[in-house]
Amino acid sequence: MGRVVITGAGTINPLGADVPATFEAMREGRCGIGPLDIVDVDRLSIQIGGQIRQYQEADYFNRQQISLYDRFTQFALLAARQAIGQAGLSFTGALADQSGVILGTSGGGLTTQDENYRAAYGEGKNRVHPFIVPKLMNNAAASHVSMEWNLRGPTFTVATACASSNHAMGQAFNMIRCGMTKVMITGGSEAMLCFGGIKAWEGLRVMSKDACRPFSATRNGMVQGEGAAVYVFEDYDHARARDADILCEVIGFAMTSDASDIVMPSKQGAARAIAGAVKDAGITKESVGYINAHGTGTAANDKTECAAVADVFGAHADKLMISSTKSMHGHLIGGTGAVELLACIMALRDGVIAPTIGYEEPDPECALDVVPNVARDAQVDVVLSNAFAFGGLNAVLALRKFG
Amino acid sequence: MTTDDQIIAIIAEQAMLETGDVTRDASLADLGIDSLGLVECIFAIEERFDISVPFNANDPSESDFDISSVGAIIAAVKQLQADQAK
Repeated sequence: MGRVVITGAGTINPLGADVPATFEAMREGRCGIGPLDIVDVDRLSIQIGGQIRQYQEADYFNRQQISLYDRFTQFALLAARQAIGQAGLSFTGALADQSGVILGTSGGGLTTQDENYRAAYGEGKNRVHPFIVPKLMNNAAASHVSMEWNLRGPTFTVATACASSNHAMGQAFNMIRCGMTKVMITGGSEAMLCFGGIKAWEGLRVMSKDACRPFSATRNGMVQGEGAAVYVFEDYDHARARDADILCEVIGFAMTSDASDIVMPSKQGAARAIAGAVKDAGITKESVGYINAHGTGTAANDKTECAAVADVFGAHADKLMISSTKSMHGHLIGGTGAVELLACIMALRDGVIAPTIGYEEPDPECALDVVPNVARDAQVDVVLSNAFAFGGLNAVLALRKFG
Repeated sequence: MTTDDQIIAIIAEQAMLETGDVTRDASLADLGIDSLGLVECIFAIEERFDISVPFNANDPSESDFDISSVGAIIAAVKQLQADQAK
Protein backbone atom coordinates (compact mmCIF):
# COMPACT_ATOMS: atom_id res chain seq x y z
CA MET A 1 0.00 0.00 0.00
CA GLY A 2 1.07 3.57 -0.67
CA ARG A 3 1.94 6.17 1.94
CA VAL A 4 -0.10 9.34 2.43
CA VAL A 5 1.22 12.72 3.52
CA ILE A 6 -0.32 16.12 4.20
CA THR A 7 1.18 18.88 2.05
CA GLY A 8 -1.23 21.74 2.68
CA ALA A 9 -3.54 23.03 5.40
CA GLY A 10 -6.05 25.84 5.54
CA THR A 11 -8.70 27.03 7.96
CA ILE A 12 -11.08 29.68 9.10
CA ASN A 13 -12.47 29.11 12.58
CA PRO A 14 -13.24 31.06 15.77
CA LEU A 15 -9.54 31.12 16.69
CA GLY A 16 -8.22 32.53 13.44
CA ALA A 17 -8.68 33.07 9.72
CA ASP A 18 -5.69 30.91 8.78
CA VAL A 19 -3.41 28.20 10.16
CA PRO A 20 -0.68 30.42 11.72
CA ALA A 21 -3.30 32.50 13.59
CA THR A 22 -5.00 29.31 14.82
CA PHE A 23 -1.70 27.81 16.01
CA GLU A 24 -0.90 31.02 17.86
CA ALA A 25 -4.30 31.02 19.59
CA MET A 26 -3.94 27.35 20.53
CA ARG A 27 -0.42 27.95 21.91
CA GLU A 28 -1.74 30.82 23.99
CA GLY A 29 -4.84 28.93 25.12
CA ARG A 30 -7.09 31.68 23.80
CA CYS A 31 -10.86 31.24 23.94
CA GLY A 32 -12.83 31.92 20.76
CA ILE A 33 -16.20 31.42 22.42
CA GLY A 34 -18.33 34.44 23.22
CA PRO A 35 -21.79 36.01 22.99
CA LEU A 36 -23.59 35.09 19.77
CA ASP A 37 -24.39 37.83 17.31
CA ILE A 38 -27.30 36.36 15.31
CA VAL A 39 -30.93 37.11 14.46
CA ASP A 40 -33.39 36.34 17.29
CA VAL A 41 -30.64 35.53 19.82
CA ASP A 42 -32.93 36.92 22.54
CA ARG A 43 -35.28 33.97 21.97
CA LEU A 44 -32.51 31.44 22.68
CA SER A 45 -31.65 30.14 26.13
CA ILE A 46 -28.14 29.32 24.83
CA GLN A 47 -26.56 32.60 23.79
CA ILE A 48 -22.87 31.73 23.38
CA GLY A 49 -20.89 30.08 20.61
CA GLY A 50 -17.61 29.91 18.77
CA GLN A 51 -18.58 32.38 16.07
CA ILE A 52 -16.25 33.72 13.39
CA ARG A 53 -16.31 37.42 14.10
CA GLN A 54 -15.74 40.34 11.76
CA TYR A 55 -16.44 38.03 8.83
CA GLN A 56 -17.70 39.88 5.76
CA GLU A 57 -18.53 37.58 2.87
CA ALA A 58 -18.19 40.47 0.40
CA ASP A 59 -14.48 40.67 1.30
CA TYR A 60 -13.96 37.29 -0.35
CA PHE A 61 -16.77 36.66 -2.85
CA ASN A 62 -18.68 38.61 -5.48
CA ARG A 63 -22.46 39.05 -5.53
CA GLN A 64 -23.03 36.17 -7.94
CA GLN A 65 -20.94 33.80 -5.81
CA ILE A 66 -22.68 34.86 -2.62
CA SER A 67 -26.04 34.02 -4.19
CA LEU A 68 -24.77 30.42 -4.57
CA TYR A 69 -22.46 29.97 -1.53
CA ASP A 70 -23.95 29.28 1.88
CA ARG A 71 -21.70 30.26 4.79
CA PHE A 72 -20.47 26.64 5.14
CA THR A 73 -19.45 26.63 1.45
CA GLN A 74 -17.68 29.96 1.84
CA PHE A 75 -15.66 28.64 4.79
CA ALA A 76 -14.72 25.49 2.86
CA LEU A 77 -13.62 27.46 -0.20
CA LEU A 78 -11.48 29.84 1.88
CA ALA A 79 -9.80 26.97 3.72
CA ALA A 80 -9.22 25.04 0.46
CA ARG A 81 -7.59 28.09 -1.16
CA GLN A 82 -5.08 28.29 1.70
CA ALA A 83 -4.38 24.55 1.69
CA ILE A 84 -3.92 24.19 -2.07
CA GLY A 85 -1.91 27.42 -2.13
CA GLN A 86 0.45 26.00 0.48
CA ALA A 87 0.77 22.69 -1.36
CA GLY A 88 1.60 24.59 -4.54
CA LEU A 89 -0.42 22.24 -6.74
CA SER A 90 -2.35 22.99 -9.89
CA PHE A 91 -4.70 20.40 -11.32
CA THR A 92 -4.54 19.73 -15.05
CA GLY A 93 -4.53 16.66 -17.29
CA ALA A 94 -4.15 13.28 -15.62
CA LEU A 95 -3.59 14.75 -12.14
CA ALA A 96 -6.98 16.52 -12.29
CA ASP A 97 -8.66 13.19 -13.05
CA GLN A 98 -6.79 11.49 -10.20
CA SER A 99 -7.65 14.13 -7.61
CA GLY A 100 -10.92 14.71 -5.77
CA VAL A 101 -12.65 16.30 -2.81
CA ILE A 102 -14.19 14.65 0.26
CA LEU A 103 -15.58 17.04 2.84
CA GLY A 104 -17.53 16.49 6.03
CA THR A 105 -20.51 18.54 7.11
CA SER A 106 -23.53 17.83 9.24
CA GLY A 107 -25.89 20.73 8.67
CA GLY A 108 -24.76 21.73 5.17
CA GLY A 109 -26.56 24.91 4.15
CA LEU A 110 -28.52 25.13 7.38
CA THR A 111 -28.28 28.92 7.48
CA THR A 112 -29.84 29.10 4.02
CA GLN A 113 -32.65 26.82 5.16
CA ASP A 114 -33.15 28.84 8.33
CA GLU A 115 -33.31 32.19 6.51
CA ASN A 116 -35.76 30.92 3.91
CA TYR A 117 -38.01 29.07 6.33
CA ARG A 118 -38.14 32.32 8.29
CA ALA A 119 -39.13 34.19 5.12
CA ALA A 120 -41.75 31.61 4.08
CA TYR A 121 -43.27 30.68 7.45
CA GLY A 122 -42.41 33.65 9.63
CA GLU A 123 -42.84 36.48 7.18
CA GLY A 124 -45.43 34.79 4.97
CA LYS A 125 -43.44 35.23 1.77
CA ASN A 126 -44.67 33.09 -1.10
CA ARG A 127 -41.68 33.53 -3.37
CA VAL A 128 -38.17 32.28 -2.66
CA HIS A 129 -34.84 32.86 -4.36
CA PRO A 130 -34.17 30.37 -7.19
CA PHE A 131 -30.83 29.11 -5.84
CA ILE A 132 -31.91 27.84 -2.44
CA VAL A 133 -31.54 24.17 -3.39
CA PRO A 134 -28.02 24.36 -4.87
CA LYS A 135 -27.06 26.62 -1.96
CA LEU A 136 -28.33 24.46 0.89
CA MET A 137 -27.37 21.00 -0.37
CA ASN A 138 -24.76 19.19 1.72
CA ASN A 139 -22.48 18.57 -1.26
CA ALA A 140 -22.38 22.24 -2.30
CA ALA A 141 -19.04 22.88 -0.58
CA ALA A 142 -17.33 19.83 -2.08
CA SER A 143 -18.71 20.64 -5.53
CA HIS A 144 -17.60 24.27 -5.45
CA VAL A 145 -14.09 23.29 -4.30
CA SER A 146 -14.00 20.79 -7.16
CA MET A 147 -15.15 23.47 -9.63
CA GLU A 148 -12.76 26.15 -8.39
CA TRP A 149 -9.72 23.85 -8.66
CA ASN A 150 -10.63 21.53 -11.57
CA LEU A 151 -10.63 18.45 -9.34
CA ARG A 152 -12.31 15.85 -11.52
CA GLY A 153 -11.92 12.61 -9.55
CA PRO A 154 -13.96 11.14 -6.67
CA THR A 155 -15.87 13.96 -4.98
CA PHE A 156 -18.56 13.68 -2.33
CA THR A 157 -19.73 14.74 1.10
CA VAL A 158 -19.82 12.72 4.29
CA ALA A 159 -22.47 13.47 6.88
CA THR A 160 -21.97 11.52 10.09
CA ALA A 161 -22.78 14.28 12.57
CA CYS A 162 -19.81 15.05 14.82
CA ALA A 163 -17.56 12.49 13.09
CA SER A 164 -18.19 13.80 9.54
CA SER A 165 -14.74 15.33 9.06
CA ASN A 166 -12.84 12.34 10.42
CA HIS A 167 -14.87 9.97 8.28
CA ALA A 168 -14.23 12.23 5.25
CA MET A 169 -10.48 12.38 5.87
CA GLY A 170 -10.42 8.62 6.49
CA GLN A 171 -11.97 7.99 3.07
CA ALA A 172 -9.50 10.39 1.42
CA PHE A 173 -6.60 8.63 3.16
CA ASN A 174 -7.69 5.18 2.06
CA MET A 175 -8.37 6.23 -1.53
CA ILE A 176 -4.81 7.48 -1.92
CA ARG A 177 -3.37 4.59 0.05
CA CYS A 178 -4.95 2.01 -2.25
CA GLY A 179 -3.83 3.85 -5.39
CA MET A 180 -7.25 5.08 -6.47
CA THR A 181 -6.23 8.77 -6.42
CA LYS A 182 -3.05 10.85 -6.13
CA VAL A 183 -4.32 13.93 -4.29
CA MET A 184 -7.43 14.48 -2.19
CA ILE A 185 -8.71 17.78 -0.83
CA THR A 186 -10.36 16.82 2.44
CA GLY A 187 -11.56 18.10 5.79
CA GLY A 188 -14.85 19.62 6.78
CA SER A 189 -16.99 22.69 7.23
CA GLU A 190 -19.94 23.77 9.37
CA ALA A 191 -22.02 26.91 9.81
CA MET A 192 -24.84 26.06 12.18
CA LEU A 193 -24.86 29.18 14.30
CA CYS A 194 -28.28 30.38 13.22
CA PHE A 195 -31.47 30.53 15.27
CA GLY A 196 -32.82 27.14 14.15
CA GLY A 197 -29.43 25.46 14.38
CA ILE A 198 -28.98 26.45 18.01
CA LYS A 199 -32.63 26.07 18.97
CA ALA A 200 -32.52 22.40 17.92
CA TRP A 201 -29.42 21.71 20.01
CA GLU A 202 -30.94 23.60 22.93
CA GLY A 203 -33.78 21.09 22.93
CA LEU A 204 -31.41 18.24 23.73
CA ARG A 205 -30.39 19.91 27.02
CA VAL A 206 -26.72 19.13 26.52
CA MET A 207 -25.52 22.70 25.95
CA SER A 208 -23.60 24.89 28.35
CA LYS A 209 -24.76 28.44 28.95
CA ASP A 210 -21.35 29.71 30.00
CA ALA A 211 -18.34 27.71 28.73
CA CYS A 212 -17.01 24.45 27.34
CA ARG A 213 -14.88 22.80 30.07
CA PRO A 214 -13.93 19.33 28.86
CA PHE A 215 -12.79 16.80 31.50
CA SER A 216 -13.27 19.29 34.33
CA ALA A 217 -15.53 18.11 37.18
CA THR A 218 -17.37 21.43 36.71
CA ARG A 219 -18.20 20.82 33.03
CA ASN A 220 -21.80 21.48 32.12
CA GLY A 221 -22.14 20.81 28.43
CA MET A 222 -21.01 21.59 24.94
CA VAL A 223 -20.77 24.88 23.05
CA GLN A 224 -21.26 25.09 19.30
CA GLY A 225 -18.73 26.59 16.93
CA GLU A 226 -18.44 27.21 13.21
CA GLY A 227 -15.78 27.17 10.53
CA ALA A 228 -13.75 24.88 8.35
CA ALA A 229 -10.39 23.23 7.92
CA VAL A 230 -9.25 21.69 4.66
CA TYR A 231 -6.10 19.68 3.85
CA VAL A 232 -4.20 18.43 0.87
CA PHE A 233 -3.69 14.69 1.31
CA GLU A 234 -1.13 13.49 -1.23
CA ASP A 235 0.47 10.26 -2.31
CA TYR A 236 3.95 10.22 -0.73
CA ASP A 237 5.80 9.34 -3.94
CA HIS A 238 3.95 12.11 -5.78
CA ALA A 239 4.84 14.63 -3.07
CA ARG A 240 8.46 13.51 -2.94
CA ALA A 241 8.85 13.67 -6.72
CA ARG A 242 7.90 17.35 -6.68
CA ASP A 243 9.91 18.03 -3.52
CA ALA A 244 6.85 19.22 -1.58
CA ASP A 245 7.04 20.41 2.02
CA ILE A 246 5.45 17.59 4.02
CA LEU A 247 3.55 18.65 7.15
CA CYS A 248 3.11 15.12 8.52
CA GLU A 249 2.15 11.60 7.49
CA VAL A 250 -1.30 10.02 7.84
CA ILE A 251 -0.66 6.46 8.97
CA GLY A 252 -3.91 4.93 10.17
CA PHE A 253 -7.67 5.16 10.31
CA ALA A 254 -10.46 3.12 11.84
CA MET A 255 -14.19 3.50 12.14
CA THR A 256 -16.74 1.60 14.19
CA SER A 257 -20.39 1.75 15.11
CA ASP A 258 -21.65 1.37 18.68
CA ALA A 259 -24.82 -0.26 17.36
CA SER A 260 -26.46 0.58 20.67
CA ASP A 261 -27.95 4.05 21.23
CA ILE A 262 -28.70 7.07 19.04
CA VAL A 263 -27.17 9.59 21.46
CA MET A 264 -25.44 7.87 24.42
CA PRO A 265 -21.78 7.01 23.65
CA SER A 266 -20.37 3.56 24.23
CA LYS A 267 -16.96 2.87 25.72
CA GLN A 268 -16.58 -0.29 23.64
CA GLY A 269 -17.37 1.42 20.35
CA ALA A 270 -14.90 4.24 21.03
CA ALA A 271 -12.22 1.81 22.25
CA ARG A 272 -12.56 -0.37 19.15
CA ALA A 273 -12.07 2.67 16.92
CA ILE A 274 -9.00 3.87 18.86
CA ALA A 275 -7.44 0.40 18.95
CA GLY A 276 -8.35 -0.05 15.30
CA ALA A 277 -6.51 3.10 14.23
CA VAL A 278 -3.40 2.00 16.16
CA LYS A 279 -3.53 -1.43 14.53
CA ASP A 280 -4.18 0.03 11.06
CA ALA A 281 -1.12 2.27 11.49
CA GLY A 282 1.03 -0.74 12.40
CA ILE A 283 2.43 0.98 15.47
CA THR A 284 2.73 0.08 19.14
CA LYS A 285 0.33 1.66 21.61
CA GLU A 286 3.32 3.03 23.50
CA SER A 287 4.34 5.15 20.51
CA VAL A 288 1.22 7.33 20.84
CA GLY A 289 2.23 10.54 22.60
CA TYR A 290 -0.86 12.71 22.21
CA ILE A 291 -4.56 12.26 21.54
CA ASN A 292 -6.74 15.11 20.36
CA ALA A 293 -9.88 14.13 22.23
CA HIS A 294 -13.44 14.35 21.06
CA GLY A 295 -13.84 16.03 24.49
CA THR A 296 -17.19 17.76 24.05
CA GLY A 297 -17.55 18.91 27.65
CA THR A 298 -20.68 16.84 28.22
CA ALA A 299 -20.88 14.55 31.23
CA ALA A 300 -21.41 11.47 29.08
CA ASN A 301 -18.76 11.93 26.39
CA ASP A 302 -15.80 12.89 28.52
CA LYS A 303 -16.00 10.07 31.04
CA THR A 304 -16.75 7.49 28.35
CA GLU A 305 -13.86 8.72 26.21
CA CYS A 306 -11.42 8.61 29.14
CA ALA A 307 -12.54 5.11 30.02
CA ALA A 308 -12.06 4.00 26.42
CA VAL A 309 -8.54 5.48 26.32
CA ALA A 310 -7.69 3.80 29.62
CA ASP A 311 -8.96 0.46 28.30
CA VAL A 312 -6.99 0.63 25.07
CA PHE A 313 -3.70 1.95 26.43
CA GLY A 314 -3.56 0.37 29.91
CA ALA A 315 -0.58 1.72 31.87
CA HIS A 316 0.46 3.92 28.92
CA ALA A 317 -2.79 5.92 29.30
CA ASP A 318 -1.15 7.72 32.23
CA LYS A 319 1.90 8.66 30.17
CA LEU A 320 0.23 10.09 27.07
CA MET A 321 -1.34 13.56 26.80
CA ILE A 322 -4.96 14.10 25.77
CA SER A 323 -6.57 17.50 25.26
CA SER A 324 -9.77 18.94 23.88
CA THR A 325 -9.43 22.10 21.82
CA LYS A 326 -13.23 22.39 21.74
CA SER A 327 -12.71 24.37 24.93
CA MET A 328 -11.28 27.10 22.67
CA HIS A 329 -13.14 26.87 19.34
CA GLY A 330 -16.32 25.10 20.40
CA HIS A 331 -17.84 22.06 18.76
CA LEU A 332 -17.85 22.56 15.00
CA ILE A 333 -20.07 19.45 14.60
CA GLY A 334 -19.40 18.19 11.06
CA GLY A 335 -16.29 20.36 10.73
CA THR A 336 -14.83 19.68 14.13
CA GLY A 337 -12.42 16.83 13.35
CA ALA A 338 -10.88 18.91 10.58
CA VAL A 339 -10.14 21.92 12.80
CA GLU A 340 -8.93 19.63 15.57
CA LEU A 341 -6.45 17.97 13.21
CA LEU A 342 -4.62 21.32 13.29
CA ALA A 343 -3.76 20.67 16.93
CA CYS A 344 -2.33 17.29 15.88
CA ILE A 345 -0.18 18.90 13.19
CA MET A 346 1.01 21.57 15.65
CA ALA A 347 2.01 18.82 18.11
CA LEU A 348 3.99 16.91 15.45
CA ARG A 349 5.52 19.91 13.64
CA ASP A 350 6.11 22.41 16.41
CA GLY A 351 6.28 20.21 19.51
CA VAL A 352 3.48 22.20 21.16
CA ILE A 353 0.50 20.43 22.72
CA ALA A 354 -2.67 22.53 22.65
CA PRO A 355 -4.30 22.81 26.07
CA THR A 356 -7.75 22.02 27.41
CA ILE A 357 -8.73 25.45 28.65
CA GLY A 358 -11.48 26.21 31.18
CA TYR A 359 -10.26 23.32 33.31
CA GLU A 360 -11.20 24.01 36.92
CA GLU A 361 -11.36 20.84 38.96
CA PRO A 362 -10.22 17.23 38.44
CA ASP A 363 -12.86 14.62 37.77
CA PRO A 364 -11.92 11.13 39.02
CA GLU A 365 -13.73 9.74 35.98
CA CYS A 366 -11.42 11.73 33.68
CA ALA A 367 -8.12 11.03 35.43
CA LEU A 368 -5.78 11.46 32.45
CA ASP A 369 -3.22 14.13 31.59
CA VAL A 370 -5.58 16.55 29.87
CA VAL A 371 -2.94 19.33 29.47
CA PRO A 372 -5.02 21.71 31.58
CA ASN A 373 -5.25 25.39 30.66
CA VAL A 374 -1.68 25.95 29.42
CA ALA A 375 -0.04 24.63 26.26
CA ARG A 376 2.95 22.35 26.77
CA ASP A 377 6.20 21.86 24.89
CA ALA A 378 6.63 18.16 24.18
CA GLN A 379 8.11 16.09 21.39
CA VAL A 380 5.67 13.49 20.10
CA ASP A 381 6.07 11.15 17.13
CA VAL A 382 2.56 9.72 16.81
CA VAL A 383 -0.79 11.33 17.57
CA LEU A 384 -4.44 10.28 17.30
CA SER A 385 -7.54 12.37 16.63
CA ASN A 386 -10.84 11.06 18.04
CA ALA A 387 -14.34 11.77 16.82
CA PHE A 388 -17.42 10.07 18.25
CA ALA A 389 -20.74 11.03 16.71
CA PHE A 390 -24.37 10.89 17.67
CA GLY A 391 -25.69 7.75 16.12
CA GLY A 392 -22.80 5.86 17.70
CA LEU A 393 -20.42 6.38 14.78
CA ASN A 394 -16.75 6.58 15.69
CA ALA A 395 -13.78 7.61 13.53
CA VAL A 396 -10.15 7.86 14.63
CA LEU A 397 -7.13 9.01 12.60
CA ALA A 398 -3.45 8.34 13.36
CA LEU A 399 -0.72 10.75 12.21
CA ARG A 400 3.07 10.57 12.42
CA LYS A 401 5.79 13.17 12.41
CA PHE A 402 7.56 13.32 9.08
CA GLY A 403 11.34 13.32 8.72
CA MET B 1 -37.98 54.83 -12.82
CA THR B 2 -40.27 53.53 -15.56
CA THR B 3 -41.05 49.83 -15.87
CA ASP B 4 -38.72 49.68 -18.87
CA ASP B 5 -35.86 51.23 -16.92
CA GLN B 6 -36.41 48.96 -13.92
CA ILE B 7 -36.31 45.81 -16.06
CA ILE B 8 -33.22 47.00 -17.90
CA ALA B 9 -31.58 47.71 -14.53
CA ILE B 10 -32.36 44.17 -13.33
CA ILE B 11 -30.92 42.63 -16.49
CA ALA B 12 -27.87 44.91 -16.43
CA GLU B 13 -27.14 43.88 -12.85
CA GLN B 14 -27.24 40.19 -13.76
CA ALA B 15 -25.07 40.77 -16.82
CA MET B 16 -22.70 43.01 -14.85
CA LEU B 17 -23.07 45.70 -17.53
CA GLU B 18 -23.97 49.38 -17.52
CA THR B 19 -27.67 49.96 -18.24
CA GLY B 20 -26.70 51.87 -21.37
CA ASP B 21 -25.14 48.68 -22.79
CA VAL B 22 -28.40 46.73 -22.49
CA THR B 23 -30.22 47.22 -25.80
CA ARG B 24 -33.81 46.15 -26.50
CA ASP B 25 -32.95 43.87 -29.37
CA ALA B 26 -30.30 41.95 -27.43
CA SER B 27 -31.06 38.45 -26.18
CA LEU B 28 -30.03 37.48 -22.66
CA ALA B 29 -27.44 35.14 -24.18
CA ASP B 30 -25.99 38.11 -26.13
CA LEU B 31 -25.54 39.85 -22.78
CA GLY B 32 -23.74 36.82 -21.29
CA ILE B 33 -26.59 35.74 -19.01
CA ASP B 34 -26.70 31.96 -18.55
CA SER B 35 -29.60 29.75 -17.42
CA LEU B 36 -28.99 30.45 -13.72
CA GLY B 37 -28.81 34.18 -14.47
CA LEU B 38 -32.12 33.93 -16.32
CA VAL B 39 -33.95 32.42 -13.34
CA GLU B 40 -32.40 35.10 -11.11
CA CYS B 41 -33.70 37.79 -13.52
CA ILE B 42 -37.17 36.29 -13.41
CA PHE B 43 -37.06 36.12 -9.61
CA ALA B 44 -35.95 39.76 -9.43
CA ILE B 45 -38.73 40.82 -11.81
CA GLU B 46 -41.34 38.96 -9.71
CA GLU B 47 -40.04 40.61 -6.55
CA ARG B 48 -39.88 44.09 -8.08
CA PHE B 49 -43.34 44.10 -9.68
CA ASP B 50 -45.05 41.61 -7.37
CA ILE B 51 -46.21 39.49 -10.26
CA SER B 52 -45.99 35.79 -10.97
CA VAL B 53 -44.03 34.94 -14.12
CA PRO B 54 -45.09 31.69 -15.85
CA PHE B 55 -41.71 30.24 -16.73
CA ASN B 56 -40.48 26.66 -16.76
CA ALA B 57 -36.74 26.22 -17.25
CA ASN B 58 -37.31 22.77 -18.76
CA ASP B 59 -38.80 24.30 -21.85
CA PRO B 60 -38.51 28.10 -21.96
CA SER B 61 -39.92 28.35 -25.51
CA GLU B 62 -43.19 26.73 -24.40
CA SER B 63 -43.75 29.29 -21.67
CA ASP B 64 -46.19 32.12 -22.31
CA PHE B 65 -43.50 34.48 -21.12
CA ASP B 66 -41.39 35.61 -24.11
CA ILE B 67 -37.71 35.89 -23.18
CA SER B 68 -36.29 36.08 -26.68
CA SER B 69 -34.99 39.64 -26.21
CA VAL B 70 -34.85 42.44 -23.67
CA GLY B 71 -37.70 44.21 -25.50
CA ALA B 72 -39.81 41.03 -25.48
CA ILE B 73 -39.29 40.64 -21.73
CA ILE B 74 -40.36 44.24 -21.13
CA ALA B 75 -43.51 43.71 -23.21
CA ALA B 76 -44.30 40.42 -21.44
CA VAL B 77 -43.90 42.01 -18.01
CA LYS B 78 -46.27 44.84 -18.97
CA GLN B 79 -48.80 42.30 -20.22
CA LEU B 80 -48.54 40.36 -16.94
CA GLN B 81 -48.95 43.55 -14.92
CA ALA B 82 -52.11 44.33 -16.86
CA ASP B 83 -53.47 40.76 -16.59
CA GLN B 84 -52.64 40.28 -12.93
CA ALA B 85 -54.00 43.67 -11.92
CA LYS B 86 -57.46 42.53 -13.01
